[in-house]
Amino acid sequence: MSELTFTLLRLGYLVLLWVFVLTAIGVLRRDLSTRAGAPGRRKRRAAVPQPAGTPPLGGQQPVPPPGPRAASRGAGTPTRLVVTAGPLQGTSLPLTGSSILIGRSPGSTLVLDDDYSSSRHARIFPQGGQWFVEDLGSTNGTFIGEQQIHGVVPLSPGVGVQIGRSVVELQG
Amino acid sequence: MSALDQQLPDDAGRVQPRPRRPLRLSELWLLILALTASIGAFALVGLGMDDTLPTGFWRESLALVGLTLVAHVVIRIKAPYADQVILPAVVLLNGVGLAMIMRIQNSGARLAAGADVGRNTLWSALGVLVACALIWFLKDHRALRKLTYTAMVVSFVLLFSSLVPGIGVTIRGAQRWVNIFGFSIQPAEFVKITLVIFFAGYLVTNKDTLALAGPKVLGLQLPRIRDLGPIILVWIASLAVLILQRDLGTSLLLFGIFVAMLYLATDRISWVLIGMVLFAGGAVAATQAFTHVQQRMTGWLHAMDPDVFNAPGGSFQLVSGLFGMANGGMLGTGWGRGFPYLVPFSFSDFMYTSLAEELGLTGIVAILLVFLVFVERGLRTAITVRDGFGKLLAGGLAFSVAIQVFVVVGGVTRLLPMSGMTLPFMAQGGSSLLSNWLIAALLIRVSDAARRPSSLPMRGTVAAGRIVPDAGATHPADAAHPSTTPTEVISTDRTDRGNA
Repeated sequence: MSELTFTLLRLGYLVLLWVFVLTAIGVLRRDLSTRAGAPGRRKRRAAVPQPAGTPPLGGQQPVPPPGPRAASRGAGTPTRLVVTAGPLQGTSLPLTGSSILIGRSPGSTLVLDDDYSSSRHARIFPQGGQWFVEDLGSTNGTFIGEQQIHGVVPLSPGVGVQIGRSVVELQG
Repeated sequence: MSALDQQLPDDAGRVQPRPRRPLRLSELWLLILALTASIGAFALVGLGMDDTLPTGFWRESLALVGLTLVAHVVIRIKAPYADQVILPAVVLLNGVGLAMIMRIQNSGARLAAGADVGRNTLWSALGVLVACALIWFLKDHRALRKLTYTAMVVSFVLLFSSLVPGIGVTIRGAQRWVNIFGFSIQPAEFVKITLVIFFAGYLVTNKDTLALAGPKVLGLQLPRIRDLGPIILVWIASLAVLILQRDLGTSLLLFGIFVAMLYLATDRISWVLIGMVLFAGGAVAATQAFTHVQQRMTGWLHAMDPDVFNAPGGSFQLVSGLFGMANGGMLGTGWGRGFPYLVPFSFSDFMYTSLAEELGLTGIVAILLVFLVFVERGLRTAITVRDGFGKLLAGGLAFSVAIQVFVVVGGVTRLLPMSGMTLPFMAQGGSSLLSNWLIAALLIRVSDAARRPSSLPMRGTVAAGRIVPDAGATHPADAAHPSTTPTEVISTDRTDRGNA
């Protein structure tokens, strides 16, 4: 066997070892990635435009004033909160006009059995005819589309809110 | 009853559970890669040394493929939801280890006389079959919790069996072998499993006491004095191993597992600090008192000193290993082209430097990453599994492998004093292979329980107009665990803002 063949085989072997490692890490990432756990999210984002009130990243948004702005939206009143992805996919909660606490803690309104959500993760509540979502200082963050939300953000029906590996949305 | 309960429509909260039996294609694909790497290593060993396939190529390759297939099929049948990365990682490590043993044996060098790839393949086969049997017959890891105190007794019997005159054997200064029916086995290798079972059972019952508030000193939550009992007991046991058997590695491993599991159970960093202080104290005392330990320390601290290098039992082995790794460099010499056989015990204790020489830094980092992935899967399983016993069991087993790799690699790279333990899954040694395959099997079993969709009422299912989302997280055996107690949904309204 020529020295060239041997060198190629030697380097090829190292490549093979790394292919194994990287493939294994790829399988791991499927577990770790919160993005991958929400199938269909990408599509939905393309279809539904972002609500105008989505704040810029990092900005601490004060509670938006209720009243004319929210009322003028008039996008139809949502009647239920539906889990569209994640372990609880298909679950729906009727909206009662009171606030909904989402998290892992057994006291939440919607108890997520999801390693990536915090025990008190987020809150969805109505105010002046408009629904808002508020991140409660969760570890992994709450997302609308690709944007992590901070503080209180208005939520329109049909917009998916990602919490851990789950996605919830308001539906009319 | 909350407002939510009264207003639920009939179809609200219904969940369509989609039980989908995983195809385990990731595992299959990774296994193909792992087998390719192993068989490729066998072939390259021969090609690198004398341009032909090595003796025993077909026997080893077919054995490895056959055993892997058996394990894969058993997991498909009996643990279909188990983690898909554990088995391929273990197969790769075992296969590459066998290839290196074969390479050292085929060198025919004087120091390679002990290498025996055929015998080690038999031990691997035994390991795989015992692992498969465990996966087949152990339906639920929680059954092991009943064996908590049995496991403790077995641990102590195993640990000190090598001191019994007649069956105990002293090899290279450490009295940790037992000779039974012509087999010399290291009981301490199995102690790590039984002790993890004991610690898991013990800590899951007593963790609240151990985490209970004690005095707070410098921002550290210290435990109460009377709760220090168990840690002192294990400390004495591990010191006894160090003193009576002169076995630094096992002593460190046992104590390390205990401290790690205490930390997992109680989430108190003070236990880790107490453990470190206790171990450091014991180790310093042992260094003063015992020549065997002293010799190891000198060989570690003054390895490059010619007097130490040339002394019998000095640093010759350690430094030869370092030279070997230096010879390997970034990309290694290639299979069969290095000189790993110049190091004493290059096929067992110094497996790491042998691999580092022939695969280079690039290859050995890949192998370390495979260990890392294995440990990560264990810890991931511990996070995911719902019962406290399973969490501690998986976490403890993962830690035991991690500590062992750390101590071995640290020892041969001169980060720590040499301890004479074996690199899990790779080094030659029947007891080590068997016990590590058992660890892999237990992790696979626990991960199956962790990832299996709950057969109890589905999370989020509606029972008569009421949502009980957390019911699936409750195991009857785990009723003591406060966070998994089923709770009916309360419509929490924490703000009182704007809801009037």
